[in-house]
Parts: sequence; structure tokens; C-alpha cells
Amino acid sequence: MTSHEDAAIVGIYEYPSRVIEGKSPWDIKAECARLALEDAGLGWQDVDALYDAGENGMGAGFTAAEYFGLHPKVMDTTAVGGSSFEFHTAHARRAIREGKANVALLTYGSISRSQSNAIGTGGRVSERVSNPVNNMENPWGLVLVGNYAMAARRHMYQYGTTPEQLAEVAVTTRYHATRNPDAVNGLSALGIRHTGELSVDDVLSSKMVADPLHVLDCCLISDGGGAVVIAGSGIVPSTRRQPAWIAGTGEAIGYRENESDLTLTAATVSGAQAFGEAAIRPDDIDVAMIYDSFTITVLMTLEDLGFCKKGEGGSYVANGYLRYDHPGGPALNTDGGGLSSNHPGMRGIFLLIEAVRQIRGESTSQVDSPAYCLAHGNGGWLTSRHASGTVILAR
Amino acid sequence: MSNVVTRPLPSLDEPDTGPFWEATSSHELRYQQCRECNKVVFYPRRHCTNCGSSILEWHVSAGEGVIYSLTVIRRNGHPYFSSILPYVVALVDLDEGFRMMTNIVQTAPEDVRIGQRVKVSWEDYDRLSLPVFVPVVNAVSAKPAEDKVVS
Repeated sequence: MTSHEDAAIVGIYEYPSRVIEGKSPWDIKAECARLALEDAGLGWQDVDALYDAGENGMGAGFTAAEYFGLHPKVMDTTAVGGSSFEFHTAHARRAIREGKANVALLTYGSISRSQSNAIGTGGRVSERVSNPVNNMENPWGLVLVGNYAMAARRHMYQYGTTPEQLAEVAVTTRYHATRNPDAVNGLSALGIRHTGELSVDDVLSSKMVADPLHVLDCCLISDGGGAVVIAGSGIVPSTRRQPAWIAGTGEAIGYRENESDLTLTAATVSGAQAFGEAAIRPDDIDVAMIYDSFTITVLMTLEDLGFCKKGEGGSYVANGYLRYDHPGGPALNTDGGGLSSNHPGMRGIFLLIEAVRQIRGESTSQVDSPAYCLAHGNGGWLTSRHASGTVILAR
Repeated sequence: MSNVVTRPLPSLDEPDTGPFWEATSSHELRYQQCRECNKVVFYPRRHCTNCGSSILEWHVSAGEGVIYSLTVIRRNGHPYFSSILPYVVALVDLDEGFRMMTNIVQTAPEDVRIGQRVKVSWEDYDRLSLPVFVPVVNAVSAKPAEDKVVS
């Protein structure tokens, strides 16, 4: 068994605004890096491992090192969409364990909102240059949300899941968002008039985007940024904050195959790896930060991670079971999630940040002394190619 | 209906999938099968995804299958697709064992169901045709594919 105390998240920072003007994404990343290192009590040049998801284009590795002015001994540009940061965390722990690095920096910066990237229903027909994938898919007019809608539709067909049950996910995350001032201010800044709690009816009466998903089943599109600092056990004692130890990680890729069950995600694999490493079970998790690009993403991921049986996600998420103040289940997306706090395109870094806040006891929807928090990123598209990264953090 | 805004069409020059699209001009729905291990491969490639063999044979599908899942797209910023809203995107399991993305046409979106039996129909363009699908019950009374010609 691997030690739970090889590496820990020791510094975090989340950019508070959801609409950011007059800053480049690189500037946002650097500002978040500075403040996350300050949070950790570490210096700029202590960083010897740099991770970048490539959200700002090609050549992310050298551009990131140059822009920051760092000379990393480990550079990793694993780019698997919103789950990149969970993959980075796994890789950083490995690099630290192998003695290749001591302090790893993960950053994210995006002005998707200000650039008016219509991520979910955009008019873009993927890349101009044909590849085997887009050459088979571009003609059919499938928007991003449509991939998730097909997953939801199939889940309903196989298991009897209802739109009301999907809506419960959005209701729970909004409940948590209303307690998070950054999320509430963000909703206002994004022009959302109703920033209070949502009802199931509110979700169901919002506009249908791609059946069966309504606008309120979909995440926000915001600007944003964040940074995470990971340090090895030799460095941790010299940091300032309570460490969030990386107890287990898992990584997996899934894609559509002939005759495959598209209600299953790669979380079945990444989750089993992470729980195995941490030597705990889903029941032991106090806070579940689950990538919520869409309500169906959460429902299917909870099943695949083993929080409930396959097909029973609908009843599992109902009746506020995953609220931070509800006994029994884990608290879900206590910052408000991508559905109601922020989603600049790749949300994985915020899952880690909020999980660390919970370990430290600093969440706006704080669970009482959580022992284990889980962050699960989903990148790509359900019913299609996607990546699952699971990270379990321990006190 | 506007014919000014054109539908995004696949490239015939894309090396892996070009042969699939070339065959559509003669209304052939092609798929590949590995000669070594019999694995059905789709989308088209130059290697078997099961055993890695480079010997794949092209076959022509009978063009019938069952809807695995679907969605009704009600928003799309693309000029062409916004002009045909709402429309159905589906994954169809063909009887030969491959799953493909397509549109279900000539039927009201609300009437399209998972598990429904569908049959290929063709939308003809200059150098290729798009394999769209129609429910089999409706297929008998469906308008001929030629009526769907856009350009």
C-alpha cells in the first residue's frame, strides 16, 4: 500500500470574479499562482514542477514556464479537458514520490465568458482541418450539450430516471451557491436575475436546450481562474496551512464503441483506482466534488464511483440528500458547482480547491470535520470520448 | 428554406474516412471488419481496434438498425443548423454491429424513440450523400430521398 502522506495540497487560490475585464488568461494564471504560493507560505522559485492544461493554446509547456519565469524540472501538459487538473494532481504526486520534484504548481485562467465562447451550443463545427473523428460527426449538428443529452436520454430509458431527478442536482448545487458570496455575486455579474434557491419546477420550466436537458440542467459559462500548489512530505512542515493529503488518485479514458453501454463513464475505472489506493469506500467520503457540466454528469458519475448502485442515481440525488446540512450522503459541490458558481470551460481545478477548503474547514457550506473529500473531474463528452480523473484528499 | 447557408459536409480527402464518404455517392453505407479477428470497426480507420491488424475489409451495410439514443437539438449557433431547428441527432446500432451518429428525419422529433427500428435514407449533395435515417414504419410512406436534395 502507498503512503497517504507522500504529497499534499498546501496552497490554493480561486479568482473571485466570474466576469474578468482587462486581463489576459495568462495574467489570471500568474496572479492565482502568486496567491496560492502565498497561501502555502512558499516562494515563487520554490516551484520545480509545472502543470498546464493548455487552455490557452498550443505550446502550453514552454509558454507557461516562460511567462511565469520558472525553470521546472518536471513539465506536464496533460490536456484532458475539465479533468486535466485531477490528472495533474495524480502526476504531481508521482513526480514528488519519485524524487523528481518537491513543489508542483497547477494553474488555470480563462476568459471564456468575455470572449463569448458559446461552449455548449456554439456554432463552431470543430476544427477546420478534417480528422477521422470530426469528419464523421460534423455533418450531424451535434452540439456539446447534445452528447450529454443522449446520455441522459439513454439513462432514462434503461433505468427510468426522470427529468425531476436530474433537476434535483441543480437544486442542490444552487442551494450551496446561495451560501457562497462569490457564487451569488457571480450569478448577478453573469446577468442571471434569479440568484436565490431553485425549485425542481424552476429547472423543468426553463428552456429546453437539447432534450431532456434544460438551460438550468447546464453549467454556467463564466470567466475564472485558480491555482493549486502541491508539496512533498519533506516540504509540508514548512508550509502555513493544514495540508490536504493526496490519499488516492485514478485516471481513465472512455469513448464510444460499438455495443458499449453509454450510461457508464470512465469513472468506473478511475474511481476504483482512487478508492483502492486510499483504502476507503464511497461511504467514507464526506464531501463529493463532482464535475457538474450538466446534471446528468453528476448523476452518472455518482453511480460509477459507487456512491449508489448503477441506475439508482435518480433516487439517490433526490430530496436534498446531498445537501451539506443533510445527514447521510456526502455533501455535493459545496461551492455551488459549475451549475451555479463558475464554469470557465475546464472546471477541474475548482473541484480540488473546494475539497481543500472543506479539509481546512473554510467552505461556505462547511461539513463537520470531513475526513475524506473526493474531487472527480470529467473532461470531454459523455456518450463520446471523455476522461475521468478522481482524487481523494484526506485530513 | 434557405439554400444559401450550406450544411457542413465531410471531406473526401480525409485519409481514414474518405473512402466511406466516397461510397455514399452510390448510396452505399460502408463499414469495416478485421480479416484477422472479425472485429467490426467503425468509424473507419486503417487498423483493427481489437488486434491491431492492418488488414480490414470494407463491407456494405443493409442500412437497418435500432436507435440507441437520441436528442432533439433546440439551440445551435451554427447558421445552417439554426435554420433547421429542432432536429434529431441519434446514435444508431446497425444490424451488422456498428454504431453511428446520424440524423433521424421525415418524422416529428417527439415521435422518435430509443429502440425504434430505422432505415437509411440518403440526402444527396454534389460529390457525396449523407446517410440519414427514417423510422421503418414511416419508411414505406416516406417521400423519396430525391425530394430531400438541397443542392
